[in-house]
Amino acid sequence: MYDFSFHRPADLASAEGYLKAAEAKLLAGGQTLIPTMKQRLAAPKHLVDLSNVAGLTGIERKGRNLVIGAMTRHAEVAGSGVVNKAIPALGLLAEGIGDPAVRNRGTIGGSLANNDPSADYPAACLALDATIITNKREIGADEFFTGLFETALGADEIVTRVSFPVPIKAAYLKFPNPASRYALVGVFVAKDTDGVRVAVTGAGESGVFRVPAMERALSKKFSAKAVEGIKIDPSTLISDIHGSAAYRAHLVGVLARRAVETIAKTK
Amino acid sequence: MPKVNLTVNGKPVSADIEARTLLVTMLRETLKLTGTHVGCDTSQCGACVVHVDGKAVKSCTMLAVQADGARVVTIEGLATDGTLHPMQEAFRENHGLQCGFCTPGMIMTAVDLVNREGNELDEHAIREGLEGNLCRCTGYHNIVKSIAAGARAMKGKRRAA
Repeated sequence: MYDFSFHRPADLASAEGYLKAAEAKLLAGGQTLIPTMKQRLAAPKHLVDLSNVAGLTGIERKGRNLVIGAMTRHAEVAGSGVVNKAIPALGLLAEGIGDPAVRNRGTIGGSLANNDPSADYPAACLALDATIITNKREIGADEFFTGLFETALGADEIVTRVSFPVPIKAAYLKFPNPASRYALVGVFVAKDTDGVRVAVTGAGESGVFRVPAMERALSKKFSAKAVEGIKIDPSTLISDIHGSAAYRAHLVGVLARRAVETIAKTK
Repeated sequence: MPKVNLTVNGKPVSADIEARTLLVTMLRETLKLTGTHVGCDTSQCGACVVHVDGKAVKSCTMLAVQADGARVVTIEGLATDGTLHPMQEAFRENHGLQCGFCTPGMIMTAVDLVNREGNELDEHAIREGLEGNLCRCTGYHNIVKSIAAGARAMKGKRRAA
């Protein structure tokens, strides 16, 4: 790893100040960034650690929404009574990320800002129509994820909180890569009063995406049968040593059906 | 160079180190606590697991400067006055190791698991809890047995930080 200057600001304004320097990068839980720096795939000159910045942690129910601070660790989300009461699927998703030691460090804000095409949280945000709140503005999930490891975040923008509208029911089904536990394919289905949203991670060449055909079918009739005939076009899906695009397209259908069945079974 | 102040196994420690120093490097090379191992160096094998402020972390995937001000416990911090920690004793009793390379990480992960999930752990909970720890000798069978026994033996005993 190349050396860098390390900064540990105590508030958002100073964190933003450090980001004005050339080649500055934010450090949240570091479970992706540190390995990336070790491989010299990233070499920031300034590393701005958010762990001491006040007001970035915590989980609370605010009316219709579940609001999670950006620096909240995966283990905290997984073990939170508030999360598991409001959106149990989100708690289970967090419980399935990496391994226990990774979950003790990794954060929701870091995962979203990184937008790994195989990460779990982007699927939850997109299916639940979450709002990503930054030091400057609020960004809807549909606008936030803009491509492979790309987001709508500006260079001096910092994710502070994520607000999830609490759905009627939701489920996340993941086919984990047996070695990395990243999603080979993951499908998040959320059913709310105004319809159904289906988001897929692990499969898209441009990262997380929605499946409008499934959403329309499920909004009309919420049953596993409704999604059965719907084909996913493999031409924009990831193909690698772990699975071909055609296999991933098949998995999207299987996992979507299982997610709908899981929702149908929950009270 | 940044100065890092930590409490390691109950003792205050401070060192001037490069910002890029990994926590595991500081433990092993600066503090000479070589019980914490580097296996894969890519966050997968868990040989480097230590506790930071009471939680298991992979010390190869954390900078030492991130641990500034924290309480760190390594495998060297578990035994008290020459008596093995119940989890260490359980690994010895149940043949939970062969070459021993993964053992420090296995034990630190196991103690963390007991701290989170209690003293009665079934096989499934233990195997899930070991998701981030790899062993290349034992096939895990005796590690799982050791952790179940160690968890029960920890009941009512002092919790490792």
